[in-house]
Amino acid sequence: MSDRLPIHTTINGVDHSISVEPRTLLVHLLRDELGMTGTHTGCDTGQCGACTVHLNGRAVKSCMVLAVQADGQHVTTIEGVAPTGSLHPIQSAFWEQHGIQCGYCTPGMIMSSLSLLAENPDPSEEAIRDALEGNICRCTGYTNIVLAVKEAAARIARGDVPQPIS
Amino acid sequence: MYPYPFSYHRPATIDDALDLIGQFGEDGKVLAGGHSLLPIMKLRLAQPAHLVDITGIDDLRGIREIDGGVEIGALTTHHDILSSSLLASRVGLLPEMAHVVGDQQVRNRGTIGGTLAHADPAADYPAGVLALDATIVTIGPDGSREIAAADFFTGFLETALTSGELISAIRIPSLAEGTGFRYEKMANPASGYATVGVAAVVTLAPDGSIFGARIGITGASDVAWRATLVEEALVGTTPSDESIRAAANLAIGDQELLADVHAPAEYREQVTRNLVFRAVKIAIGNAAGR
Repeated sequence: MSDRLPIHTTINGVDHSISVEPRTLLVHLLRDELGMTGTHTGCDTGQCGACTVHLNGRAVKSCMVLAVQADGQHVTTIEGVAPTGSLHPIQSAFWEQHGIQCGYCTPGMIMSSLSLLAENPDPSEEAIRDALEGNICRCTGYTNIVLAVKEAAARIARGDVPQPIS
Repeated sequence: MYPYPFSYHRPATIDDALDLIGQFGEDGKVLAGGHSLLPIMKLRLAQPAHLVDITGIDDLRGIREIDGGVEIGALTTHHDILSSSLLASRVGLLPEMAHVVGDQQVRNRGTIGGTLAHADPAADYPAGVLALDATIVTIGPDGSREIAAADFFTGFLETALTSGELISAIRIPSLAEGTGFRYEKMANPASGYATVGVAAVVTLAPDGSIFGARIGITGASDVAWRATLVEEALVGTTPSDESIRAAANLAIGDQELLADVHAPAEYREQVTRNLVFRAVKIAIGNAAGR
């Protein structure tokens, strides 16, 4: 009953034809089968948001999506936001504003923030906090994360593109 | 955290879905957004042998204008509801409620049909569909049925859906001129679910008296209910804080309230009365401006 099923999914612009057990969660496909460990498993119960990725451009918790449900869909993970060796403007903003301490929640924070900025390029502090309600950080107290998202909005608005890590 | 093994099916049409659901019976579960079902499968509180994923059926998705109101396909996500200008202009309570369902990621994935079929006693929408006098449209082996929201929620995680039946859409009549609405929610700070949630829809007559009122309450009991005693006490009155407070105190009726580690029944009762007062008062304020 748990035969593997073939799926075709585009992850960070690359087509993957793979077979998965139906009960495999998207986060486990990414981490355990494809070795893309930028997406983190936190609570594994849909609360913490550390596993947030984009499915067809919108933030979802990859521990609450079956890998088979990504069949025919587009997935973007933290590895896909900027070319290897460079930082997306939002990653630079998290760096500059120190929107990060242990770093565990950061990939999810960035994916949720990008989903917000795609819809609302100039969000208020309230809108940022609202959009990040599903992402838990146990270190920062959120203040610098909010500042980082604000700065990311400004960087994207002025046309910043990914920069090589210096 | 892995669910028990199951076989996975993704029908492309409603007919194929109904065939599969009928064939699997109690061994099958319908998967929509998955944000109620997958958590309980991961915790192994549910272990269906077959999952029928209906998200490939486009006929079940989308928001349409219909005669006298709107129709929302069962697979429409909370995000699509909260960002719909058609819903905002016709049945504004629903997008207002969609905004407080879960969080951004949940709203991008979770569906209105899924949450109504799951009938979690602490979910938000049950209060809303009651206050909006919605109709739940189903499709099953014997054809389509229309079930009034007031008849839909029958108990803890129980609905009027029969075996082999799916929700296909939710129909909601447009709010009349002079109608205000409000959803007041006391959220559990950890889960975000409603410890108590009250949805109020109030229509004022031109003279400022209350012409109609509908109030749905979720979270407080093991099933959402219409506070008909409050509605009857409000209609025909010219509202004041005192009259709204007196009506709100009738909110519980003969409902048996939940008691758990988060809130004893006495506390839920007090919160319910207060939230009914607030929701009705704010709805009246909104109605006066329409």
